[in-house]
Amino acid sequence: MAVAVVFLPLLAAVLAGFFGRVIGDRGAQLVTCAALFLSAALGILLFRDILASEGSRVIPLVSWIVAGGVDVTWSLRLDTLSGVMILVVTIVSSMVHVYSIGYMAHDPSIPRFMAYLSLFTFAMLALVTANDFVQMFFGWEGVGLMSYLLIGFWYDRPSANAAAIKAFIVNRVGDFGFSLGIYATFVIFGSLDFGTVFGAAPKAVGTSMEFLGWQVDSLNLACILLFIGAMGKSAQIPLHTWLPDAMEGPTPVSALIHAATMVTAGVFMVARLSPMFEYAPTALAVVGVIGGTTAIFAASIGMAQNDIKRVIAWSTCSQLGYMFAAAAVSAYAAAIFHLFSHAFFKGLLFLCSGSVIHAMGGEQDMRRMGGLWRKLPWTYGTMWVGALSLSGITLFSGYYSKDTILEADWAAGTAVGHYAWVLATMAAFMTAFYISRVMFMTFHGEPRADEETMHHVHESPWVMLIPLLVLATGATVFGFIGYDFFVGADRASFWKSSILVLPQYDSLAKVEEIPLLVRYLPLIFGFLGIAIAYVFYIVDATIPVRLASRFRALYLFLLNKWYFDELYDWLFVRPAMMIGDGLWKSGDGAVIDGLGPDGVAAVTRDLARQASRLQTGYLYHYAFAMMIGLVALVTWYLLPR
Amino acid sequence: MAIGLAHYLTVAAILFTLGIFGIFLNRKNVIIMLMSIELMLLAVSINFVAFSVFLNDLVGQAFAMFVLTVAAAEAAIGLAILVVYFRNRGTIAVEDINMMKG
Repeated sequence: MAVAVVFLPLLAAVLAGFFGRVIGDRGAQLVTCAALFLSAALGILLFRDILASEGSRVIPLVSWIVAGGVDVTWSLRLDTLSGVMILVVTIVSSMVHVYSIGYMAHDPSIPRFMAYLSLFTFAMLALVTANDFVQMFFGWEGVGLMSYLLIGFWYDRPSANAAAIKAFIVNRVGDFGFSLGIYATFVIFGSLDFGTVFGAAPKAVGTSMEFLGWQVDSLNLACILLFIGAMGKSAQIPLHTWLPDAMEGPTPVSALIHAATMVTAGVFMVARLSPMFEYAPTALAVVGVIGGTTAIFAASIGMAQNDIKRVIAWSTCSQLGYMFAAAAVSAYAAAIFHLFSHAFFKGLLFLCSGSVIHAMGGEQDMRRMGGLWRKLPWTYGTMWVGALSLSGITLFSGYYSKDTILEADWAAGTAVGHYAWVLATMAAFMTAFYISRVMFMTFHGEPRADEETMHHVHESPWVMLIPLLVLATGATVFGFIGYDFFVGADRASFWKSSILVLPQYDSLAKVEEIPLLVRYLPLIFGFLGIAIAYVFYIVDATIPVRLASRFRALYLFLLNKWYFDELYDWLFVRPAMMIGDGLWKSGDGAVIDGLGPDGVAAVTRDLARQASRLQTGYLYHYAFAMMIGLVALVTWYLLPR
Repeated sequence: MAIGLAHYLTVAAILFTLGIFGIFLNRKNVIIMLMSIELMLLAVSINFVAFSVFLNDLVGQAFAMFVLTVAAAEAAIGLAILVVYFRNRGTIAVEDINMMKG
């Protein structure tokens, strides 16, 4: 059953990808959706099995790499953590597949799109069920590749290609750290199998190894390197720049890959490797600082953006920061809890924004929207659910998961925890503000689009609305249902051995003791954010304009994303281009080509030209040459020796 | 003054040299080249006959006959080639015959 869950999407991808011409658009949609639904249904059954069984189970499939000390077996690791991830991936993915039928209806290459989506799902499932670092790396690179292909899906747009390349290259930086982390792990433990490594982790505490000529604590080093991989994949500062640009891809892709699943791979990895991270306090502190900083940094940028998808993308970036802030205080369960509810409400928000964009005929700029709520009632309703959930308003699932993270950060009582708490709480206010801003600018007020566009605005077809409703249900009730299991009273029996938390670091156990104000501050901030957004964009729309002109420098700073792109352009891209240019023109062109192919060819051509000048074609020259030769020979033999 | 071997050889050498110069210095006509070759062959024949008499060996004279035969055949073939060549190219000037130029 587990094998079917993981490999059905692969089968569907092969069918739709290679035989798309045979089975046609409709066939490709049917095959992939059916496979994904089957996979999701089996995933739910599998999850029930996992909950009923004791501890983790490993199903070995094939021996993959056997070389010296490395023995990599392709296998499926089934425990609560991978079960939860399988649920998230298959459910969101099947919803996105259905939604894509409607959203991509007019696209000329539907089978390719569906095949990419299914292949992505397979890679993601391979990642979450991995039982060793190499298989995890396979899934890691697989989702990265599919992300690249799907961002650049509309390959005739230069901006999409640029965004795809940017995503790939930025991820490569992270993946370099990740692979170094894997090597470090192998050096420390001599194995890449999760079971072996986790068992040996306590013994590795305090050992040190040499890295770049320094003696460093080995576990901390390995964990920080692995976390660099997570930073790339999960778009944490300073490797976050690719995520907003990734919005060039089709909206279902943004929902599936850049909100619900792939970008959370980093969080999943930290939770999966909790038996290593627990013994590496320095690495966890790094995780917390990066996570907390990203949470407020991305939220602050989200407040100033005008593209509806980019606001939500920055929001994703910020929410991923929350998850890392939770992992940093050993509240891995809270991180995964937030991952789950985030998958619902952020997937929902993206699909809703896709529905809006679809209705507006491709318009993404919120300044040209407004007043849409009468025309798009279903989208409007479901998107408010997502927005309230994201803002952390009571009863919606985001409230439970986000508050748990903040409480755990406070309760941990460490410096990093408090740092993350302060930043993330302020970010909670910003979150509520920017998502309400999206809602008010898009759906309320006077329509700012022209008559022509407004006339064509229509509610999306049912095939797009049903996924919205399903995800909205998840975004509403999941937190309430899941709270006890994931982070509440039943968490020990729920997670079993899949997440390790040392007793002295168990911040979730202490959340009951925190002050009332700390507990309700995020909620107050959430309401405050919505209220301020209401005043700014409904009551008096001139306030944001006046503020922007009063604090022009700050506004531009936020609008231009803290000038990170410009900084990287100046720091890395331009020097790289210059080096490349120099090596191309002087190194390759002048030296290698000049001395190599071109030089040899030129010398040969020159010699040949000289030689061909000997051949005048005149008979008497040939005869003369013969004559001279004869005379020379005769002279040679006649000479007295 | 008795005419001896040396005289014959001198005449032959002069003829041969004339033939060579006829080939090298002639820039006008291919027929002159053919004639120069004939001249050289004649010089060789004179050598053959002179040595034959000098050494009392008839083989040399027989060889001279052969050379004459070959020269006649060569002249015939050469002229025939020239006729065909003239038909094809419209000229037999030596300067224009340079199709082997590299």
